[in-house]
Amino acid sequence: MEIKKTSLYKLHQDNKAKFVEFAGYQMPIQYSDGIVEEHKFTRNHSGIFDVSHMGQLFIYGDENLIEDLEKIFPLNLKDLKLNHSKYSFLMNDEAGIYDDLIVTKIEQGFLIILNAACKENDFKILSKLLNNKHKMVLDENRSLIAIQGPKSAQILNNIINGVEELSFMTGNWFLFEQQKIYITRSGYTGEDGFEISLPNDLVEKFTKRLIEKGAKLIGLGARDTLRLEAGLCLYGHELDKNKTPVEANLKWAISKERVSKGNFIGSNIINKQLNDGVSKIRVGIKPEGRVIAREKTKIFNQSDSYIGEITSGTFGPSVNGPVAMGYVENEFSKKDTKVFLEVRGKKYPANICGLPFYKKSYVKGANK
Amino acid sequence: MSEVKYSKEHEWIKLEGDVATIGITKHATEMLGDIVFTELPEKGSNVEKDGTAGVVESTKAASDVYTPVSGEVVDTNQDIVDDPSKINQDPENTAWFFKLKIKDKSEMDSLMNKDEYDKFAKESSS
Repeated sequence: MEIKKTSLYKLHQDNKAKFVEFAGYQMPIQYSDGIVEEHKFTRNHSGIFDVSHMGQLFIYGDENLIEDLEKIFPLNLKDLKLNHSKYSFLMNDEAGIYDDLIVTKIEQGFLIILNAACKENDFKILSKLLNNKHKMVLDENRSLIAIQGPKSAQILNNIINGVEELSFMTGNWFLFEQQKIYITRSGYTGEDGFEISLPNDLVEKFTKRLIEKGAKLIGLGARDTLRLEAGLCLYGHELDKNKTPVEANLKWAISKERVSKGNFIGSNIINKQLNDGVSKIRVGIKPEGRVIAREKTKIFNQSDSYIGEITSGTFGPSVNGPVAMGYVENEFSKKDTKVFLEVRGKKYPANICGLPFYKKSYVKGANK
Repeated sequence: MSEVKYSKEHEWIKLEGDVATIGITKHATEMLGDIVFTELPEKGSNVEKDGTAGVVESTKAASDVYTPVSGEVVDTNQDIVDDPSKINQDPENTAWFFKLKIKDKSEMDSLMNKDEYDKFAKESSS
């Protein structure tokens, strides 16, 4: 299969990107500054991320659309206001996660942002579930970029007047070069920021404008350290089809009202797990020293019994130390529980900790 | 001046008397990216030519550090354990990894000189 490139490929090259293949795309893992500097720049200033490999699924339909989607997603879509976004999941009958996604209410339908590695499969599953009753477009003609960090609102507002007014997890259409672009105040770094959906032929020009105003391109390497410090899940690591949202400690994203009524895919399992508890659960894990426990590192309790596995682990540049997330047996999931991580044959002490590792409050916006 | 030699695993080695100082090359640090963790061999332990003698980790991945010659570890550089970013800053000088009292100087013979290594590094990265 041919490796795909995003519309910003040339700009990445011009900025001396090192590329990796990710979900079938040639993506920048870092630029010349390196992951640590890019990470810090995003936390202190403003970083631009090319996330055009992610799926932008537009679903348009009649009055039945909301009802049909509520049979799939554990969201209260009837009450979701125009231009408001919610984090959710596409699940199987066992509540295993096919994908985690962001659903935004737009005129005549919804925009759903899907993970790159899952988008084709999601489209197939959703087409089947919706039985071709509604118009579905997995739009390849649009790019998606994120701008994240404390200076982002000011920088973006210089180019698109009015974005500063958006509240967290809301969006709107704006104009750039007489073309419609959709901007939401959201992101995946633990920083205030925006995601911008715009036509492929505008994205390079738009990104260059952001760079002129002081933002910098940031690679997937720093995106990973940023999201991990922020305690956010990455599909294929913390989430997959053998893990449920309750096990992933994401029950906040499931509508209580919808759970009590229970008519969505996976609702039986979700209900059962919410009532009876789960046997394994996602936790934050902080190694005591400097050793980095990567994905698949085994976790042991104080009596040397195996209790789980790390799903992501790296060095957190803002925490200035190693950070990890993983799944452990529920009885060992309490904060400050001492555990041991087996790295290169040796066991290193670590503690279960609260998430995020690095906290900064999202800006609520001027309107609310 | 003692000659510096290089291994295919991107270590440099400088011999003074029968004590060799070993570190990783600038080229290696450029491939690794930001180094955030270092593990060194224990002082007093013996390491064998081409065996692992430490670990460096970047934000991306862990890599073994090999020793290009055999010997007894007589000193290790605690500075790069406390602040691994020093390896990126000055890999071929102050950020050395460990010192060995070497057994067999002839093990140095198969290693590359600077010109040979530069050529090798250029070819292996293209």
